[in-house]
Amino acid sequence: MKASSRRQSWLIALPVIALLLWTVVYPNVAVIAGSFENGLDHWREFGASPADREALWTTLVISVASVFASLAIGVPLAFLLGRFEFPGRRLLRAVATLPAALPPLVGVIAFLFLYGESGLVTRVVQRALGMAEAPWRLKGVGAIVFVHAYTMYVYVFLFVSAGLERFDATLDEAASGLGANTWQRLRRVTLPLLMPAVAGSALLVFMNALGSFSAPYVFGGGLRVLSTQILASKTNGAMGLAYVETTVLALSAVAGLVLFRWLDRKRKYTLAGKGGRSRKTIRSRRVQMLTTVGAAVIVVALVLPHLMVILVSFARDGAWTTQVLPPEYTFENYRRLFSEAELWKPITNSVSMALIATAANLVVCFIAGYLIVLRRFGGRGLLELLVALPWAIPATAIALGLAATFNRNDLLTGRVLLVGTFWILPLAYFIRDIPLVASAVESSLRQMDASLEDAARGLGASWMMTMRRVILPAARPGLVAGGLLAAVTAVGEFVASVVLYTHSNRPISMEILAQLRALAFGTSAAYSVLLIFLVLLMTLAARSFEERLA
Amino acid sequence: MTAAPQARSEGQEDKNATGALALNGVTRRFGEFTAVDNVSFEVGPGELLALVGASGSGKTTTLRMAAGYETPDSGTVTLGGKDITKVPPERRGFGMVFQHYALFPHMPVEDNVAFGLEARGMSKVDRLVKARAALANVGLEGAGSRAIQSLSGGEQQRVALARALVIEPRALLLDEPLSNLDPTLRHAMRDDLRAMLRRVGVPALFVTHDQEDAFAVADRIALLKKGKLLQVGTPEELYAAPVSREVAAFIGRGSIVPATDKGGTATVTIGGVARDLAVTRAKGAPPHMDAAYVVLRPDALELSRSAGVLAWRGCITNRRFAGGVVVYRVQLADGISVDVESPSAQAHEDDNVSVSPMKGPFPLVPA
Repeated sequence: MKASSRRQSWLIALPVIALLLWTVVYPNVAVIAGSFENGLDHWREFGASPADREALWTTLVISVASVFASLAIGVPLAFLLGRFEFPGRRLLRAVATLPAALPPLVGVIAFLFLYGESGLVTRVVQRALGMAEAPWRLKGVGAIVFVHAYTMYVYVFLFVSAGLERFDATLDEAASGLGANTWQRLRRVTLPLLMPAVAGSALLVFMNALGSFSAPYVFGGGLRVLSTQILASKTNGAMGLAYVETTVLALSAVAGLVLFRWLDRKRKYTLAGKGGRSRKTIRSRRVQMLTTVGAAVIVVALVLPHLMVILVSFARDGAWTTQVLPPEYTFENYRRLFSEAELWKPITNSVSMALIATAANLVVCFIAGYLIVLRRFGGRGLLELLVALPWAIPATAIALGLAATFNRNDLLTGRVLLVGTFWILPLAYFIRDIPLVASAVESSLRQMDASLEDAARGLGASWMMTMRRVILPAARPGLVAGGLLAAVTAVGEFVASVVLYTHSNRPISMEILAQLRALAFGTSAAYSVLLIFLVLLMTLAARSFEERLA
Repeated sequence: MTAAPQARSEGQEDKNATGALALNGVTRRFGEFTAVDNVSFEVGPGELLALVGASGSGKTTTLRMAAGYETPDSGTVTLGGKDITKVPPERRGFGMVFQHYALFPHMPVEDNVAFGLEARGMSKVDRLVKARAALANVGLEGAGSRAIQSLSGGEQQRVALARALVIEPRALLLDEPLSNLDPTLRHAMRDDLRAMLRRVGVPALFVTHDQEDAFAVADRIALLKKGKLLQVGTPEELYAAPVSREVAAFIGRGSIVPATDKGGTATVTIGGVARDLAVTRAKGAPPHMDAAYVVLRPDALELSRSAGVLAWRGCITNRRFAGGVVVYRVQLADGISVDVESPSAQAHEDDNVSVSPMKGPFPLVPA
């Protein structure tokens, strides 16, 4: 590559690298530095606090348990839907990814309405068994892992399904031709080859569970986990301790990442088959019946949270106390959302903040993706690391870093006062979604023939024209898909918001929580439905945009 | 066939049982499409049979039925006279080499080769010893610990072969074993493959779309077209006595020209010049054909520059040097063109020449 073009690469890359160093790296450095501001005092405080040690231990237990629970659901379901044909398969396939469409806090609330002490399922079971008290309590590690399994198995399911689809069917045939029975083939051929998919999704679940906030916050009971400890310390003004807790949380995430990489270190192969294995029809009538009944149960379990939130959104606030179902229904909740300025504000807040963050994501990640995929220059590795970094840092840690950095105006140390203003939340959303959008753009650009850029330049196109006419169209599918994901995540964001929000920029998620605390179940459910509706609307908009251009 | 004692004897216990592998009238349909239509043939122990046909002719489906990956809609597969139609692949004890080899990418070479022994419950030490011996047999001594990804195409092919041979298979099945190799390697592997398969002494069935591969490796050839078996026979039989125009067109080169059947001879008239040619007909062909064709092979014709009275006159349209000989394409009268092999390189394009049939007998086929 010519020196002039390398200089040009640096010229484009420098502002992006500087921005990422400032917004992604610097806040984390500030947190780590903050944890040492009194020497080792804050660390000693952390080590001496039984609550913090318990929180660290509980966080790890929950994360590992969530991984196993998600694997236990996701892997068999992927096999069932990928390898077998049975009545009801298409319906089950259609709803299998539904939990991913629920914003984290909404999923938690739905579970509260269903399986909480006064929840629908709980009450039904209690009545059926004639018990005086609820048969279970939706509290503690078990409850958190239960919700995690519901929302996070989707990662495992999607990864393993994709792996099965690309699985070279002749490998299985070769194994059976060599005399391996079904069990031997599964153990020695299928599962080892699916390990990358399993490990990748397990890592994703682990990272999500580690940083999870909603479930522990809403029904942890007295349970402490790191993310809730961080918020508690911050609220109590013990910033030093919060910095230590944040550092420990981020280190756990990095340790998890390194551990998974290390476990996966020996792999040299990829699943590159064209698949081609047809689904086996279940022949035995009894097995077929069982499968279909099982599928129906799973479908109900998957759809129930969505239906419950919709139902409760029509319930009159305060009327639902000891009944199985809410006794009174009304449109009042929705009418108030749209007519009362105080209730309408969170909706405009969330939408505008999500759009601002997504727009920034699109610009920055397009440039970063272009540099990473199509340019050869010294800063490529650094840039790749920078755009991936927010993925490895739990959202609570990102939020606390921003709180620690953008809390005053001090240009000499690179600080700008954003905390307490509207802009702190769009910034947090922007940072959280960088990896998502960047990887979508990168994968789109990787499918482009790299010589297209040279061809355009060779035909006399200027750099700008090449970008506009060749690179941008190639990146477009990734920009649309990544932008959609970013907007969807941002509009329902809760974990960073709860650390950084103020009354004037409070997002929908905070309002859902506030209404829930005020026992206004109907209103909080109405917000949740609105959020789901917004997600749906954005998905449809992205799809029609993509169809119109494609 | 469904009787319990016999079903049990189809298992792996009687692994020494071998004998001819036979397909008896097998048919396989995929929806409306009949991929294999009533195909029968038999491969004896130690015999090499090539299934030849263009893509879509049903040869791979036929092989997969022999292997047990497909179940025929009708017809049976037998080994040593025993019906194995319903026996699943894992209990057939056949060795199969897949077109893209289907080596397990997550295992080193020796684990790949030892896999079939592992499935049979052999101890780790024993199976590694056998796997290494099998690798040595295919010329890959000491490659056991290498990763599959580090092997060349030819090496992968030999690992796949070793993996199929080490289980002491009762039959060997190979799907396009040579098609993924580059031409030089391919020619060398033909000889190696034939030598190795003959040594094993079990029925060997292999699929190829390349008749030269089939000629070089096989004892007999089964020619398939659109799911139907056209002819089974030695390469020489298919070449010298094809049963139909289709076989004649597929096997070898040559022009197929109309002729009048006169019993031992046939008359071919081109541009008013009639020649009586000695002909052979395939076994079982009708003694008299109302509409008959003669196959004029390039090596059975002679080119000359002089205008003989009994020669067919024509003009050279194409000239191709082929080693010891030159192949000329000559446009004759009546829209017929023939390829002629000649030791002489003297003629050129646009030269007027005459062509005479020399070496007989010529294959005679029905319309």
